[in-house]
Amino acid sequence: MRFADSIFAGRFGISTRDLDRYLAAALEHGGDYADLYFEYLLTSSIGIDESIVKNAAQGVSMGVGVRVIAGERTGYAYSDDLSPGKILKAARVAAHIASGPGKTDKFDLREGLRHDLYPVPTAPTETALAERVELVKRADRAARAYDPRVFQVQAAYADNLRHVLVATSDGVLTVDRQPLARLSVHALARRNGETPQQGHAGGGGRVDLGFFLEDKPPEHFAREAAREAIAMLDAADAPAGETTVVLGPGWPGILLHEAVGHGLEADFNRKGVSAFTGRAGQKVASELCTVIDDGTIPSRRGSLNVDDEGHPTARNVLIENGILRGYLQDKLSSTLMGAAPTGNGRRESYAHIPMPRMTNTFMLAGGSDPEEIVRSVPKGLYCANFGGGQVDITNGNFVFSASESYLIEGGRITRPVRNASLIGNGPEALKFVSMVGNDLKLDEGIGMCGKAGQSVPVGLGIPTVKIDRMTVGGTA
Amino acid sequence: MTQNGLLDLAGGIVRKAMARGASGAECTIDEGDEFTAEVRLREIESLKEAGSRGVGLRILMGKRTGSSYTSDLSGEGLERLVRSAFEIAEISTEDPHAGLPEADELGSISGDLRLYSPGIENLDPARGIELAKRAEAAAFDADPRISNSDGASFESGTGRHVFANSRGFAGEYRTSSCSLSASPVARDGDSMERDYWFTMARDPGGLQAAEEVGRTAAGRALRRLHPVKVETQKAPVVFEPRTARSLLESVFDAVHGMSVYRQESFLAGKLGEKVADERVTVTDDATIPGGFGSSPFDDEGVPSRRTPVVERGVLKSYLLNTYAARKLGMQTTGNASRGLTGNAGIGHGNFFLEAGVQTPGRIIAGISNGFFVTGLLGFGVNIVTGDYSRGATGLWIRGGELAFAVSEVTIAGNLRDMLLNVEAVGDDLEFQGSLAAPTLKIGGMTVGGK
Repeated sequence: MRFADSIFAGRFGISTRDLDRYLAAALEHGGDYADLYFEYLLTSSIGIDESIVKNAAQGVSMGVGVRVIAGERTGYAYSDDLSPGKILKAARVAAHIASGPGKTDKFDLREGLRHDLYPVPTAPTETALAERVELVKRADRAARAYDPRVFQVQAAYADNLRHVLVATSDGVLTVDRQPLARLSVHALARRNGETPQQGHAGGGGRVDLGFFLEDKPPEHFAREAAREAIAMLDAADAPAGETTVVLGPGWPGILLHEAVGHGLEADFNRKGVSAFTGRAGQKVASELCTVIDDGTIPSRRGSLNVDDEGHPTARNVLIENGILRGYLQDKLSSTLMGAAPTGNGRRESYAHIPMPRMTNTFMLAGGSDPEEIVRSVPKGLYCANFGGGQVDITNGNFVFSASESYLIEGGRITRPVRNASLIGNGPEALKFVSMVGNDLKLDEGIGMCGKAGQSVPVGLGIPTVKIDRMTVGGTA
Repeated sequence: MTQNGLLDLAGGIVRKAMARGASGAECTIDEGDEFTAEVRLREIESLKEAGSRGVGLRILMGKRTGSSYTSDLSGEGLERLVRSAFEIAEISTEDPHAGLPEADELGSISGDLRLYSPGIENLDPARGIELAKRAEAAAFDADPRISNSDGASFESGTGRHVFANSRGFAGEYRTSSCSLSASPVARDGDSMERDYWFTMARDPGGLQAAEEVGRTAAGRALRRLHPVKVETQKAPVVFEPRTARSLLESVFDAVHGMSVYRQESFLAGKLGEKVADERVTVTDDATIPGGFGSSPFDDEGVPSRRTPVVERGVLKSYLLNTYAARKLGMQTTGNASRGLTGNAGIGHGNFFLEAGVQTPGRIIAGISNGFFVTGLLGFGVNIVTGDYSRGATGLWIRGGELAFAVSEVTIAGNLRDMLLNVEAVGDDLEFQGSLAAPTLKIGGMTVGGK
């Protein structure tokens, strides 16, 4: 898509001369750099509960954020009104961060390179609501049909279509149209009068509606949620203390997101507050581990044609055969660190200042057969699925919570255990990885990552991995 | 009455929806301004300033509902808002419990709740920057081992909340808030630890002194240095107020009316039963003047009130909006809460666990071997089953004293047992925000370590 064809040029009548004028206002007191981020976001959500479609909504939000960087300082202002007067006012507020003579009023804006990772002519948000509501109804029916012990089902479908325009004083001009959709299912199962158990599943991506009609139909997620709830009915107490942990493939890649991903975001390292600060070139994982952050995988939830600062996303190697290779950069940190941008400058919306963020983070496959990995464990824990996680980037401690896990006894997966958190230390935990499976799997497309109050969609992935030592927070 | 026409706008949108054939409608408008100053290493790191507004509409077509929102307040934008809600109602299912509160349930409490202080609006940004600089400087000055900083920040904001519905309710109120926080980094040899402290108030005059914020944050970071990982064991756990708050959040999640009617709470069906030790009394009160959980009416236009939730260990009430109340055959407790979009959810007012009589020092002095938890990590709380397992940091209690720093361990149990095993409640209840708990001692938890 070209700027001239964008909603900003069309519906809002914004010209490159206007953009020049706004950037000039942002730099009227000097400064090293300014950018404009225009956003026009359409959202829809449809929820079913007790087989009733009772919570559905659609909406529009729009606005522009103006940023000025002067040395290490950032000035930021935004407006949800796209009239020239309001944009100029925001630019002048942001400009106050600098104090000096004004800069040039011509920025030679040129449309830069971008990927084409989600060529979706009709975004889900642009399809008939009647078609989308069927997805939650089908999910509800399939989860209930899975087993009579399933007694509560909630399914939620949500999509959005984000139109973005970035213009910078470096001359970058880029537009993007970013579709995103997800379907999630939550099931509760109960045996007689016992305590219920829950199961979750979901997925999606930067896809068209065909994804949910052909590739991953609602029944796929519904059965998975119901299966997990039923499996947990027999859960015993989880072990407490250090044990061998085997992570299943896919979503358990949240280990990488928490253990190393956040700690490698450049802002924390530039400031010297990350446990990984100054460790580039050092061994931080076993040589079996190569960890990648890749924003260029077609159709994935964490992928972007350009990041939210107008740079094309990239495939970045974070850890190569156990050695720390690189950081995730945004404009501010890459400038101050003298590093190349990596396409990881992201923000939740026009009302937020960009930060270095992950896209799709995963570990490359190794050579082990997953079954052989489990057979090699006399006593341990097999984690098939997780909820969320969190990390303290300064001391490196991270936690992620198993929602479906099983005991391994004598090289066999035996009984399910109750929800337990796993805790480890980022620069140390991956040194205990002793086997990596040949079954790399990316998650199904449901992840949300929070940092400093901003949420962005991300992807995860990992093959089956054996970690010789990790602390499990059970009660047994 | 209305100062900037938003109440009239909300009423007009409700009338537009009714004219188009809705059987009921409710409109929310939120408007706000925010200012943030971040300071790091004694210099300004970022300044942010902006204002925004948005409109949400929910309509009823008999027993069907449809919701929409927009930040586009142009004529075309509002036309689309109304049209969108009708499109949504078309695809929703009839729900026998859907509807607005009854007319006689609507209203607003009288008197000034002191939610807004004009001091915020005229606040000089330079004063906020200065407060943040002073907080960070106090942290650096506290100890030479405070060698770095993740910054200090000052935030302030004002808001206006407007609500109108087709049963004749129309109301609005203004709010203001400001906060100051500092995140110093302590370093000694190989050990690096960060902690934070913050204060919030309706007016800058109500904030803790900047120096106190900085020194407290520094002390918290320093006492985390050189932690050890303890052996796996059963031990009593003491939650300081900041971590005890998170337990109270779990209690809120468990008395949340939507979770209760879906039977996805471990407290569902337990009304009138003993669910906690008799030392435990939990109250929700949205009528406390100046409180961050206070409001004259909830997000469905029902007057705010005080609701005893747990009294001396006995579960007395769930927190309900109109929908959850109808599902459970009860009355709303005035706890409807919503953003701009969708049906009303449920929120708390000022939700707190009442103070006990022991000082935190006395509680710790009575423990020969236990864990004083000052930080929690992760989301390992399952409200359906009550299973609780989270990462924790803090100080080990040996012979009645705080002996050494501990980290990279877990604490685990089940909330059902944890509430019954509350063995001491501190006298140190203090609100920073809308949720508060004093120091709590809980017996028999599992600490997972080496």
